[in-house]
Amino acid sequence: MTSDPNIEAVRSSSGPLSMRWTQGLSDAEIPLEIHDLTVAYHHKPVLYGVDLAIPPGKLIGVIGPNGAGKSTLIKSIMGLLPTDSGWVRLFGKPNKKNLGRVGYVPQRESVDWDFPVNVMDVVMMGRYGKLGLFRRPGKKDRSIAAACLEKVHMMPFADRQIANLSGGQQQRVFLARALAQESDLYLMDEPFAGVDAATESSIIDLLHTLRKEGKTILVVHHDLPTARNYFDMLILLNMRVVDFGPTKEVFTYEKLQKTYGGRLTILSEVADAVRQTKA
Amino acid sequence: MQVQAGRIGEITEITAWDQALRFFSFKDPALRYALAGAILLGLNCGLLGSFLVVRKLSLVGDTISHAVLPGVAAGFLWNMEKDPLAIFVGATMAGLLGSFMVSRLTATTKLKEDTALGMVLAGFFGLGICLVTMIQRLPTGNKSGIDKFLFGQAASLGGSDIYLMASVAFLTFGLVWIFYKELLTVSFDAGFAHCVKIPVSWFHHGFMLLLAFSVVIALQAVGVVLVSAMLITPAATAYLMTDRLHRMVFFACLAGMLAGAMGAFFSFLGHQLPTGPFMVLSAAALFVFAFFLAPRHGIILRWWARRSRSGRVRRENTLKAVFHALEQDGFRREGVTFMTLSKLRRQTLEETETASQELRQAGFATLPPGEKAVYLTPEGMRRAQTIVRNHRLWELYLTDAANYPPDHVHDDAEEIEHVLGEDLVRQLERQLNFADHDPHGKPIPTPEQMVSLHGQDKSASTGSLGYAKPS
Ligand SMILES: Nc1ncnc2c1ncn2[C@@H]1O[C@H](COP(=O)(O)OP(=O)(O)OP(=O)(O)O)[C@@H](O)[C@H]1O
Ligand SMILES: [Mg+2]
Repeated sequence: MTSDPNIEAVRSSSGPLSMRWTQGLSDAEIPLEIHDLTVAYHHKPVLYGVDLAIPPGKLIGVIGPNGAGKSTLIKSIMGLLPTDSGWVRLFGKPNKKNLGRVGYVPQRESVDWDFPVNVMDVVMMGRYGKLGLFRRPGKKDRSIAAACLEKVHMMPFADRQIANLSGGQQQRVFLARALAQESDLYLMDEPFAGVDAATESSIIDLLHTLRKEGKTILVVHHDLPTARNYFDMLILLNMRVVDFGPTKEVFTYEKLQKTYGGRLTILSEVADAVRQTKA
Repeated sequence: MQVQAGRIGEITEITAWDQALRFFSFKDPALRYALAGAILLGLNCGLLGSFLVVRKLSLVGDTISHAVLPGVAAGFLWNMEKDPLAIFVGATMAGLLGSFMVSRLTATTKLKEDTALGMVLAGFFGLGICLVTMIQRLPTGNKSGIDKFLFGQAASLGGSDIYLMASVAFLTFGLVWIFYKELLTVSFDAGFAHCVKIPVSWFHHGFMLLLAFSVVIALQAVGVVLVSAMLITPAATAYLMTDRLHRMVFFACLAGMLAGAMGAFFSFLGHQLPTGPFMVLSAAALFVFAFFLAPRHGIILRWWARRSRSGRVRRENTLKAVFHALEQDGFRREGVTFMTLSKLRRQTLEETETASQELRQAGFATLPPGEKAVYLTPEGMRRAQTIVRNHRLWELYLTDAANYPPDHVHDDAEEIEHVLGEDLVRQLERQLNFADHDPHGKPIPTPEQMVSLHGQDKSASTGSLGYAKPS
């Protein structure tokens, strides 16, 4: 792996916090590394000086209040947004060169569910990265797509138009599409939104299986009490990275208060959660 | 007076008929060009319009089509004649400039897209009208044809126009064919398309370029004012017909080509009336057709489905009442009189008779003349048992598994019995350990019993249908 000397220089100067969890790993082994990332909408920064380096094989939660920039972070990891400064590297290469190793679950509201496609069509989109331009999906792609649908228990709905699904089922279709990408790093924006408890736990099982296969999964999550149980590591985000580390170390009253900035309802929730941890 | 009116009518009728014959003989070369052009533009508009509609970009088509007018005028001014290539280039550039301005306006100001589209559309169109008026007032040059760009005149198409139209249609068709999966992904979820390494912005710009081409080749036949309707209406028609994009594109092309041909025909029939309005009206007529008749989304079929569902529920309720009457008698008798039935259903005698007629029409019962009674056919008996069985299973489920008090479950079961599918019934059975009595102590008919309930009576009956039809 050849690295840009400039980037090398910047990296060695970056703070110890960002590199703490990836020490001793080679560049190509680090699924995601972000340095000094600043993203602004209309000159108003939404992410500011974000530094992160994520170790492989972990299930990582991204938490923060509404408008903290969680979706923006996910999108800029994929290079979907113009950045004001900084860079993002995936497995040691600039993000745009290594998108093939990323699976993506967007926020459910980001698409029009009346679009004339059925469940299988959507999951098949996950295969297009491997197919490239010009080639059409073949037998192998169809069987992979079917297997992915099976994993999220949606095979009986394969022929259904996507508008005729419940919110949780739509979410599972997105998940199956990401699985069909057969990636090494998964970025998921609120995959549990509008999903019932049973589905949520079956999705979590699925994520644990992925992690066992050595995949790295970054999940934007909204529910604090469950965040504590679900994730190996947490990124606390509010425009900046407030903290990043193993859930045990990061999920504390002070740090969450710093992230959520004294919002009462959430804080009492946090206090409950913390009390439960201690009990 | 009357004679004259009659004659006028006759004359127009004959000419219209003659015109129609002339149309279908395809001898007139101008007519052949017009028809070919209309069909090509319909195909092209259907192909691209589908993607516009599903991406909710309908207004973009409208804006590009209005924005091309100053370009048409500029192309005309280039060498003061109707040179297809110069007009094509000018119009395409104007269209692209318009869409570029819209995207800059939305990116750099806080104006929303609809506002930007509206402004650019009106501004370019105003400029175009000024230029066209100016050209018409010029003393020199051959200015025939420029006015045709407003409302369209398929008959003014020449060989080179058709050549150009065919090339663009071929290009569009080929690109949509080759890049269908990329277009689908970009249209549905651009962020994900980026993630699977589809060059989203290339596709976006390429699409806009093709759209500008298509608008421009359609101009002469449909006119600037109405060309966006040819983009949107066939695609909207197709959107009602199906739930899959590839079928939608196919139907949109069909509808577009049909509307184009129909427009050319009617305009020909009316002695060279402008083609644009006729094409758009034909497209709208097809839309109305789909609105009423399309599978699933058409309102007639939806109404029919609802109607037949309510008819089914009514029939099943009658069947159930007949079954209850028979059950009360311990299945000793075969028929149920209208009187008994009307008491049980709390209906008037006439209502009961009508309901029984419905059963007969559905093949569930016979009504022997002069008897004023209902006899179930084997088919009817089976259905009645299934319904009663569903009802009782559901009641049992509600009381046993969901802990409802027994006196609360009847109304609920009344609704649900008609919609329980076989899978659900199987599940209920399993959950209830194949119970055989409902919460009120009545037996739940089982599939094995279904036809044998009347076994004891069967020997006595003479008809081939056993209990159905006394001789
Ligand atoms: N397209 C956009 N144009 C302008 N501002 C935007 C845009 N998208 C997001 N923002 C702003 O950027 C900020 C961060 O948005 P983002 O969607 O990343 O938040 P989030 O953490 O995902 O919030 P949520 O929990 O509600 O999903 C918000 O203040 C939002 O208003
Ligand atoms: Mg978000």
